[in-house]
Amino acid sequence: MAKIIIPTPLRKFTDNQSSFQATSGNVGEALNELTTAYPGVKGHLFDDNGQVRQFIKVFVGEDDIKDLDNNATLVESGTIISIVPAIAGGCI
Amino acid sequence: MSKLILTEDARKVIIKDAESTYPHECCGFFYGSDDDKRTVTEAIPVVNTKEENRERRFEISAIDYMKAEQYADENGLTLLGVYHSHPEHAAIPSEHDLRQALPYFSYIIVSVKKAKTAAVLSWKLNDQGRFEQETVINQNNPFDVDVFLSSFNQ
Ligand SMILES: [Zn+2]
Repeated sequence: MAKIIIPTPLRKFTDNQSSFQATSGNVGEALNELTTAYPGVKGHLFDDNGQVRQFIKVFVGEDDIKDLDNNATLVESGTIISIVPAIAGGCI
Repeated sequence: MSKLILTEDARKVIIKDAESTYPHECCGFFYGSDDDKRTVTEAIPVVNTKEENRERRFEISAIDYMKAEQYADENGLTLLGVYHSHPEHAAIPSEHDLRQALPYFSYIIVSVKKAKTAAVLSWKLNDQGRFEQETVINQNNPFDVDVFLSSFNQ
């Protein structure tokens, strides 16, 4: 049981829900649960190869899943999974 | 053109950040409501984590992004977008800005010339994924009765 925090820009694809309760035991499965429940999120979260998109990061608590076990990172009840868009830019 | 109402308090924070961070780019989040009129009531600066070329680039850490979502959630506000400055450049989004732009968010850009604000414009992605300018409406703070009355009591 993990809680996935949906970033504000993606909430139009989740009926305005700010979070989603997943029952899976790891991050990858939890994210699949989310995209099954809200298919509109899928294209914004995963690329054509099914990998998390370039400008999106997934955190478990305060850790990037890349520093943990990626999609295989285990979650337990009370785990918070955050979908975090990379925010950057410049003037030229 | 969609409208963005910018309250005086939020505008002051953004301009002060843009001018005091010059010649580097500043960045931050802004919050408010999005019921019928998108209204920015609060802006909060965050650190530009870019290690070099901060005159031309900005980046916000994932932790700061998560904190911003949390702040909105805890205060009953909506995270409405991101602001940043363009030192010595126009307040028009660059290709770089477009590449990482998200749907829904408003992007306020402040053009700063010689450490002074030259323009404050707002942009939002349309359904085709291109930036469209928003009309920024400046809103003064509501009339403060207490301040007014205290001026008679001195
Ligand atoms: Zn920019």
